Amino acid sequence: MPARSHYLNNAATTWPKPECVAKAMAAFLEGRGANLARGSASRRDLGTLDMVTTCRMKIAALFGGPDADPRNVTFTANVTEALNIVLKGFLKPGMRAATSSMEHNAVMRPLRRLEGEGVSLAVMPCTREGTLEPDTLARELKKGLDLVVLSHASNVCGTVQDLDRLAPLCAAAGVFLVLDTAQTGGVLPIDATGWNLAACCFTGHKGLLGPQGTGGILWRDDFASVCRPLIEGGTGSFSHEEVQPSVLPDKFEAGTPNLPGLAGLLASLDWLGETGIDTIRKREDELGRKLLFGLRDIPGITLYGIGTMENRLPVFALNFDGVDNGRAALELADRWGIETRPGLHCAPVAHRTLGSFPQGALRISPGFFNTEEEIELCLEAVSTLSRENPHS
Amino acid sequence: MECLATFDTTHMALLFEKACRGAGLSARIIPVPRELSASCGLACSYPCESEEAVIRICHEKRVETSGFHHI
Ligand SMILES: Cc1ncc(COP(=O)(O)O)c(C=O)c1O
Repeated sequence: MPARSHYLNNAATTWPKPECVAKAMAAFLEGRGANLARGSASRRDLGTLDMVTTCRMKIAALFGGPDADPRNVTFTANVTEALNIVLKGFLKPGMRAATSSMEHNAVMRPLRRLEGEGVSLAVMPCTREGTLEPDTLARELKKGLDLVVLSHASNVCGTVQDLDRLAPLCAAAGVFLVLDTAQTGGVLPIDATGWNLAACCFTGHKGLLGPQGTGGILWRDDFASVCRPLIEGGTGSFSHEEVQPSVLPDKFEAGTPNLPGLAGLLASLDWLGETGIDTIRKREDELGRKLLFGLRDIPGITLYGIGTMENRLPVFALNFDGVDNGRAALELADRWGIETRPGLHCAPVAHRTLGSFPQGALRISPGFFNTEEEIELCLEAVSTLSRENPHS
Repeated sequence: MECLATFDTTHMALLFEKACRGAGLSARIIPVPRELSASCGLACSYPCESEEAVIRICHEKRVETSGFHHI
């Protein structure tokens, strides 16, 4: 086993996190620790309320700009839960929903369940590079839709959808648009207000650089008011009533939240604010460019998705001619300490679109904390594997 | 007499306290006294003589209360 490991699996979860994240979580558990809105208004209680409220404010500002209302932020365990709340809270039998052929199962599985219960579903085909053409969406909107749900960027090959062109089509048709920002939050500018998003769903543990177990939704008022909560229970408010409150943020937040997680997320949001997402994007773009241009020159591999750095994140999917991608991932880890992810990445429909189903692909996803040397090592390793392979 | 604002959510209670303090007014979050509606469980005291200013600040800062009480 190599002495050092090189983490190139940031599309699964980012690592390392800024140092302040673990510190804030430990400080919460060790020093503060009060529950949210379930105490006596002591300093300790108010400290937790202040922490969660500040976290809401930062999320609202990050995704919705200065005019977004922090009350409209619901915290969940991850974007999967967020998407389930939104899709199952809104779609009813007889309604019509559309999504793209590049989705993660966090979108596709709830939709398929709802389809089984009488919701009609259109899966809009994307190009072989994973792009949803505005014309395709426009055609589907003409047939009549209640909701469109899209992932902002593919977790398989990094293709970014052009929301500046897609979102106005939904807005003009008066159709609710839900966005899965799992791969783009903290990395690309997201304009939930300008794009008129009904719900902007996010996860805390990827580009936001926070801990696992955090995520949520930034709602548009009119959409939140027509969605039914997935779970009901204690909110620390309206405790004289036996029905769930209808006001935000309590409506969708029953039960004690992941407070150490939110402490960590708040710390990472502060870190992001200080560092600037432009700086992060620029750095990731540099590393991605170096990796992509190097990979393009290696014979015996197939790269999927967009072949340039335009409209994409530094998430790369490839296959070796004649070597199983699971085997390749194992070799990269065992011989060079390079951590990647093979297989289908919870996104079978995306692999179908890209032409890599059912074998999947090897996904390499650098992050802000990787170095040029690590990219060079990765290129050398991929090139060695490809050379050693008798089939290429 | 004590002046207390009540809220639907603890989120608003905190914003109320911050807004008052930001304007140099004393404010303190306390558990809602039983005689008032339980709503979110927290109330916030404010100086009775500044009630007009408090109402104006709430309006400006989009802080929503469920009531102002004199008890
Ligand atoms: C596009 C997309 N959607 C959803 C998810 C699911 O994220 P989580 O496991 O945080 O719910 C991921 C991450 O794997 C993703 O990349």
